[in-house]
Amino acid sequence: MNRFFDLPSDLQHSWFGLIGLHLREALLPVLAGLLAALPIAQLCVRFRWLYPPVLGLTTVLYAIPSLAFFVVLIDYTGQTELTVMIPLAVYSLVVLVPAIVDGVRSVPQETLAAATAMGLGPVRRYLQVQLPIAVPAIIAGLRVATVSSISLVSVGMLIGNQGALGNLLNDANIYHRPELAVNSVLTTAVLAILADGALVLLRLLLTPWMPRRTGRPARVAEAARPDTATPADAAVPALEDAAR
Amino acid sequence: MNVLHFVNAFFGDGSHWHGYDGIPARLAEHLRYSLIALALAAAIGLPVGLLTGHYGRGGNTLALIATAGRALPSFGLLVLMFILLGFGLVPVMIPLVVLAVPPILVTTYEAVRSVDPAPVDAARGMGMAESRVLFRVELPVALPLILSGLRSAAIQIVSTATIAAYVSLGGLGRYIVDGLYQRDYEKVVGGATLVAVLALATLALFWAVARWAVSPGVRRSG
Repeated sequence: MNRFFDLPSDLQHSWFGLIGLHLREALLPVLAGLLAALPIAQLCVRFRWLYPPVLGLTTVLYAIPSLAFFVVLIDYTGQTELTVMIPLAVYSLVVLVPAIVDGVRSVPQETLAAATAMGLGPVRRYLQVQLPIAVPAIIAGLRVATVSSISLVSVGMLIGNQGALGNLLNDANIYHRPELAVNSVLTTAVLAILADGALVLLRLLLTPWMPRRTGRPARVAEAARPDTATPADAAVPALEDAAR
Repeated sequence: MNVLHFVNAFFGDGSHWHGYDGIPARLAEHLRYSLIALALAAAIGLPVGLLTGHYGRGGNTLALIATAGRALPSFGLLVLMFILLGFGLVPVMIPLVVLAVPPILVTTYEAVRSVDPAPVDAARGMGMAESRVLFRVELPVALPLILSGLRSAAIQIVSTATIAAYVSLGGLGRYIVDGLYQRDYEKVVGGATLVAVLALATLALFWAVARWAVSPGVRRSG
């Protein structure tokens, strides 16, 4: 095990360098997905007829295997980091849109009416009332997007060693050093768990009014809400899709 | 030169349609791996999910399993098993099943648990045995969600089986991995198209099964 962190020089990175690279390749797409998902979700909330087709499109996009997505993009962006990050951004977007729509829609009508009565305009009402109340649902979506993104970056190894920690897998294979593969799997899993924990912490900080129970607050609430069975039906599988 | 051109060239080439590396053979391989993995995962996930959901116990353990299942990198697990266990179907099946069980298990648990308690109580009041309560009342109501869990597991298996071509498994992923090594981009894009179509077909199949299997009453109230 003393060769555990003794990485082959063809990776051109130290262990920490690979971790940094991995986090950048995984988290930037999630951020991009979130930035794109917020306006799209708001449009879906504003125009109800838009939501079912968008939901259908997101389900279809999420079904496309990551490797197929990567290789088709090679023609446009080459064997680069960007080719890995674009599909990950799309997957994040696709997980986040239903999560945000459900979260924003779950804001009670009375609360909205109270905000309007207090003289809040639509923009302030969105930023100061709807978004904060939707935070648990958004974080639940972010957790899934982040964890699966961290896991999927490894697949980028197949398109010209763009997989950060996943590149260790190829070296493990060609140099017959299983400990490198163990290193890659463990490091990726720990990164995913840490990122997940950080998001849970973020939710606790952002929603000081919520009861402090651990576990899966948003998902259980979503499944238990009988009046929105159809959106929940579509959102839960999206949230359930583990890393591919 | 664009992607559509490559797709056309790939499917237009007659030599891609027969032999052990032909589209029918690779598709059959891919389907076989996926079906075996899905059947194994369902055989583990469904009974456990139904029972834990029925008795409403073990939610925390299941949440832990779900998080662990999500955090494990599928590709890494695949390569690790391959290096440790060598060639063959078993080292590939282990990660496929390990990754497909959590979504099935957790969605089934969540689905059975969140069934409206009123009809369940009514069924018990009518004197139904626990097993009949589970299979005649809870299962039909929970079916849409259970199917969606199976669907995500199936789609995940189809895409992970693609990546498994790297560890010398057959299936449609062969075209992508071989094409990348041979610098034959036409083959790569053709394989990617086939995989995407297969994933979408899986989606459509589950949609059709849900239309057919879910009772009209449940569908309407949903």
